[in-house]
Amino acid sequence: MALPSTEDIVDDLSFFDDWEDKYKYIIDLGKSLPEFDEAWRTQERLVKGCQSSVWIQPSSDQDAVKGEVLLFSVDSDAIIVRGLLGLVLAALNEKTPQEIIDFDVTAYFEALDLERHLSPTRGNGLRSIVGRIKGIAQAAV
Amino acid sequence: MSFDVTAIRDQFPILKREIDGKPLVYLDNAATTQKPQCVIDALVEYYTTSNSNVHRGAHRLADEATRCFEAARDTVKEFINAPKREEVIWTTGTTESINIVAHGLETLLSPGDEIIATGMDHHANLVTWQQACKASGAVLKTVPVTDDGELDQVAYEALLNEKTKFVAFPQVSNALGTINPVKAMTKKAKEFGALVLVDGAQGAAHGWADVQEIGCDFYVFSGHKLYGPMGIGVLWGRESVLEDWPVWRTGGEMISTVTLQESTWNVLPYRFEAGTPNVADAIALGEAIRWFSSLDHDSVVAHEKALLDHATKLAKEFDGLTIVGNAKEKIGVLSFVLDQGHPADIGFLLDRQGIAVRTGDHCAQPLMARFNVPGTARASFAIYNTLEEVDALFVALKKVRSMLA
Repeated sequence: MALPSTEDIVDDLSFFDDWEDKYKYIIDLGKSLPEFDEAWRTQERLVKGCQSSVWIQPSSDQDAVKGEVLLFSVDSDAIIVRGLLGLVLAALNEKTPQEIIDFDVTAYFEALDLERHLSPTRGNGLRSIVGRIKGIAQAAV
Repeated sequence: MSFDVTAIRDQFPILKREIDGKPLVYLDNAATTQKPQCVIDALVEYYTTSNSNVHRGAHRLADEATRCFEAARDTVKEFINAPKREEVIWTTGTTESINIVAHGLETLLSPGDEIIATGMDHHANLVTWQQACKASGAVLKTVPVTDDGELDQVAYEALLNEKTKFVAFPQVSNALGTINPVKAMTKKAKEFGALVLVDGAQGAAHGWADVQEIGCDFYVFSGHKLYGPMGIGVLWGRESVLEDWPVWRTGGEMISTVTLQESTWNVLPYRFEAGTPNVADAIALGEAIRWFSSLDHDSVVAHEKALLDHATKLAKEFDGLTIVGNAKEKIGVLSFVLDQGHPADIGFLLDRQGIAVRTGDHCAQPLMARFNVPGTARASFAIYNTLEEVDALFVALKKVRSMLA
């Protein structure tokens, strides 16, 4: 499934006045993320938050480097976090390492009015995932 | 005496806050309680008028600070019915209190000795004993938890034997709300001559902190769960045990004489209070205890029970909700999971509706594993909560469930 572009997401979300509609959109995005192989839910792929867990399949363990771009699969046991991961993937998946490094995730989440999900206190692992993806990109340049 | 919850609420300025335009419904009291104005005032008053280092300095402020600081110790002594004020040690909280005991214990144990903890403990009262066992070669045994969320008393008795040197258990489970039979459990451990530590982190706020009645050797609690400030707590230890207990932290204040090569230790309680103590928070904790003790105890218990009963009734009627922890004796804690949605989702969507609960493993991962859940959502009640707030929780939960469906 192709995720919407970040521009489309910013447009879509700005359309909602109501927090419920906004989070339903995020939940639906979470549901629409490609399924994550159960077998990938391992310790090495785990980014544990104290409230929910996040898994990432980094490009190094699959043959993920397709031409110039990096591919990631991600998952969370919490559906809202899965939706937020969808927002992250829309920005960072299938992008070149340089594009990933240059993308300002904080500004993007601010534009979505969701920046508090990136705060270190949320304990949802989202911040760590962004850090990990950026680290992989850095290593690939 | 009747219980006027509105008058109580008026004393807590934070309860007037709104979250995203909705009134704050604060149901995370097992994590930390809010502070009444008199506690906030005590902190401000101390820094405004009396701030000084204690037990030293030949001036008026030092006298006043020392007097207030030591008066707060007396307040704690009364509150937990300690035989002596010297047995009351200031710490940063429950975790540090347990660490002081554990670090001493590891030097007193021999390989083959046994420590008993429980499968219900929060990490502070488990990891510490694991470490003490690793350091000493002692063996850690744990009391299993029943399906209802109670400590299995038959299994507990079977674990006790002549090798049992130390037993630690919580007065109340933070994750489930279970009230444990601490007096009976202490008595059984004493039949084998074991030392007993009762973790009162969740119990002290309910006013059952009588150390002589319980009969334990150590009792620990934090101020911030008892309407007091963060960063202050208490280690109570029986004098005969504490006076020879190995010191953990060394430095100023805890010494008697110091030469360049040798030092001797100060008397209780100071031998465990190295460095400048947390004077302001100790004084404010004293104020919190005075405030809490001024309330009619039976009315407080009845009010919290009414909140729990109402919440439990609504929870049982709620489609797709499972309560985790159905002990017969509980404080006001409702831990639960929904058939749809991870606890983190539930917590987040409740927060959007102004309702603060805790979600996650409650720093009790073995207990979550026992119930085969990644975590729970936990609503925990305090004296300022109302039946209407319990209703609001379930109205909000209905919306959560429909959003996650």
